[in-house]
Amino acid sequence: MKISKLIFLFLILFSFNSLNANEDKLKTEITKNLRCLVCQGQSVYDSDSEFAVSLKLVVENKIQQGLTEDQIYKFLTDKYGEWILYDPKFNKNTYLLWFLPLLILLLGGAIIVKKLIKIKK
Amino acid sequence: MIYSSIGYYSLIFGLCVSLPIFFFAIKNFKNDEILDSKIIGFSFIQLILVVVSFLGLIISFVISDFSNETVYNNSHTTKPLFYKISGTWGNHEGSLLLWLLVLSLFIFIFLLKSKKLLKNYRILTVLFQQVIIIGFFIFLLDSSNPFNHVFPTPTEGLGLNPILQDPALAIHPPMLYLGYVGSSIIFSSVLAATSLNYISNTWATHIKQWVLISWIFLTLGILLGSIWAYYELGWGGFWFWDPVENVSLMPWLALTTLLHCVLVLEKRSVLKSWVIILSITTFTLSMCGTFLVRSGILNSVHTFANDPERGLFILSFLFVLIFISLFVFFVFHKSDKEEIISFSLFSKETSILINNWLMMYFLSVVLIGTVYPIFLDVISSEQISVGPPFYHKLIIPFLIPFLIFMAVGPQLRWIKSTTLEGKKYLIFFLIVSFVISFLIIKNFGNNLLINTVLIGSALYLFFITVRDFFKKRLQSFSQNLAHFGFSLLILSILFNNIFSNEVITNLKVGESFKNDNFTIEFNDLRKFEESNYISFKGYFLIDDNNSLEKLEPELRVYNQPNIITSEADIKITFLSDKFITMNTVQNEEYFNIRYQVKPFMLWIWISVLLIAVGGFMSLFKRKIL
Amino acid sequence: MKKRIISFLIISSLIFAFVIFYKGLNKSSFYQPKSEIEEIPKFFAKTFYSKEEIDSQKFFKKDKYYLLNIWASWCVPCRDEHPILISLSENKNLDIIGLNYKDKISNAEKFLDELGNPYKEILLDQDGTRAIEWGAFGVPETFLIYQNRIVKKYIGPLNQNSFEEIEQTIR
Repeated sequence: MKISKLIFLFLILFSFNSLNANEDKLKTEITKNLRCLVCQGQSVYDSDSEFAVSLKLVVENKIQQGLTEDQIYKFLTDKYGEWILYDPKFNKNTYLLWFLPLLILLLGGAIIVKKLIKIKK
Repeated sequence: MIYSSIGYYSLIFGLCVSLPIFFFAIKNFKNDEILDSKIIGFSFIQLILVVVSFLGLIISFVISDFSNETVYNNSHTTKPLFYKISGTWGNHEGSLLLWLLVLSLFIFIFLLKSKKLLKNYRILTVLFQQVIIIGFFIFLLDSSNPFNHVFPTPTEGLGLNPILQDPALAIHPPMLYLGYVGSSIIFSSVLAATSLNYISNTWATHIKQWVLISWIFLTLGILLGSIWAYYELGWGGFWFWDPVENVSLMPWLALTTLLHCVLVLEKRSVLKSWVIILSITTFTLSMCGTFLVRSGILNSVHTFANDPERGLFILSFLFVLIFISLFVFFVFHKSDKEEIISFSLFSKETSILINNWLMMYFLSVVLIGTVYPIFLDVISSEQISVGPPFYHKLIIPFLIPFLIFMAVGPQLRWIKSTTLEGKKYLIFFLIVSFVISFLIIKNFGNNLLINTVLIGSALYLFFITVRDFFKKRLQSFSQNLAHFGFSLLILSILFNNIFSNEVITNLKVGESFKNDNFTIEFNDLRKFEESNYISFKGYFLIDDNNSLEKLEPELRVYNQPNIITSEADIKITFLSDKFITMNTVQNEEYFNIRYQVKPFMLWIWISVLLIAVGGFMSLFKRKIL
Repeated sequence: MKKRIISFLIISSLIFAFVIFYKGLNKSSFYQPKSEIEEIPKFFAKTFYSKEEIDSQKFFKKDKYYLLNIWASWCVPCRDEHPILISLSENKNLDIIGLNYKDKISNAEKFLDELGNPYKEILLDQDGTRAIEWGAFGVPETFLIYQNRIVKKYIGPLNQNSFEEIEQTIR
């Protein structure tokens, strides 16, 4: 019993060393993009809730199992829904979200260009 | 008890005073040559009544009168006096009373300060402002009464959320409200001026002061909120693109745009329609912010008690105001056909126009990012999160032309095209900035291309503004200072992002953590009893090969309400902050330690302060002239 | 004419926004994940007493109802729901499996000694990763399982309603 606990703590303590630099960077990147379900305004990376701590471990394990970033997102969205991603995926639900600001940009540009042409005349 | 009653009745009387104000204003509007002093008199009475009501609430808080529901819900006898007072506006009811106070204060100041202007314009402004004031009176009395009675009187209150017990957060809401409410004057005034076809450069000169005032307060309010989040929320960030933060950023963006347009209007009498639209937008966004925050429709880190009924009231009120303003705009505003708009392609006007355009784009990104999840949820029941990556992707690329235009714009002349002659330094500095930026990024950073270009353009603005301090000296100093502050802000944020260093680890007392950059020793943990919380202080020693630093983060267990907070200990230096927090780990004697080295943190705050000071000086300059 | 079209467009979009916000007001802003996983997730876990390693795919039999309950001795609502678990454990059609979440084994034993043990078997989840495989985000959460499928998911403590619902389902 004691031993298992020690091993567990050992794992937590040295988890940083067990990942190489690239994997560590990937882990940070992924957990920063995940929204914590317990304290719903924080990223998993920033949160210290029990859920977030475990989720960091899960992400780490999945990275070590060789899953790619997208596969890990898929794994998590299957369980928790799209909500968990801070970076909304580009799909039918989010076309407007991504395009509307750019559309407004173009529209504004068109108005300004029109005005400038008028002035030229 | 008695103070609550006084507060309540002065609110009711305050509402009643609106009646004579309306009466005399309408009478005065048709008949007389000069403004009826009764209007000023009654506005003053209304102001005094609201002040009395506000004082009534403050006193109820100070003497811990728990027969008052607001006090009962948000205060506690063991709370320090300072937080008893700040608790007055740390809750929904009190904060609305503060809104009302600022509303009536501002309209009174407006009346005093606008003596030289058209009588009817002043009257109409008062009338529009009264519509807003009445709205808030009704809202307070109807669904957010700060003076509700609790019977039997509880002996102890429920207490204020400890993370709100903080000096920065005590003055953050008043600052923010001064900014928000300042925009209400702009709103009323622009509606009045539109109705009378009074939008002109005289009007612009006058309204500019109000734009500056609200802009300064809003800037400071956001700054305080950000500083608070940095040291209190415990993960060392200062901006999270959280909806509640976005909601304060949106009016700021609109207000900044408006400020620049008003300057153009003042100098050149153009962009009238645009100024009207922006003024309306700014206030709408402020109200919209209040709605989104207070109704609980948003999901945010910053928890606010919420109540759909209240949300409905603000929502309806907001839309009534929007419809009034649209009505005024479409019916009374005649886009001047004779308006001589002539300026050439390389003039100041063009660059301001382009930056307006980009700013509106930033605004729309923030707005859409904030409300889109609500729309999607209602329409399709799909729930998504829109977080930092979204905003970064859509905003950062456009920051580059924004910075460059910000640097070049002030170098150009009004109306006339500027030739490159004598402006060779513009190109020289552009090249220098990009070379320096490239060298910095190549040696230290990652993400070569985007960072080089970003830092390059920020450096460009930096150099150009620094050059202007020497070349132009006092001429347009305030504007230059604000622009300089902005370049410094972007640079500090970028460097902060690129060079931050962080370690998260689990330690128990006596252990230490070591990596290439530093060693963290956890030496001791001690317990202290304070008046309204118990504190567990960790004693850490950080050795980063150059210096030894003692850091003492805390865990606080508050008694009322029973909440554990983690207090960061931050060692602030000129170039970088050392930031440490500790948290409990479930069922272990280990503590979760988060240690961060954050370069240029102090400069982020300083640069925002510089931006605000720039605005302040511009206001001051106006006064002398 | 152009002005009319513009004002009409603005007004209709404002009304649209109003309706959306009005409807949004009555929705809870706290997100609870919809259960999107239907089958028992793949994971390995040790058992509480015998410390055997089990494979989730083989552990659950097809023809039986299971109730997987994520619990911990430090979790206060778990105490509240415990009597319901005890009474459910009397039902022969149902095996209750505990997933002991981030707990000290000694504390967990004390908890069971004090309140009774409704679990047929307890699996250990000391780092909380298995709970995530189940799509859980806190304690307690409970899953009703039949034919290797998750029939129903309860977030938070079980109450009288959920008790009756479970009894209804497994009858």
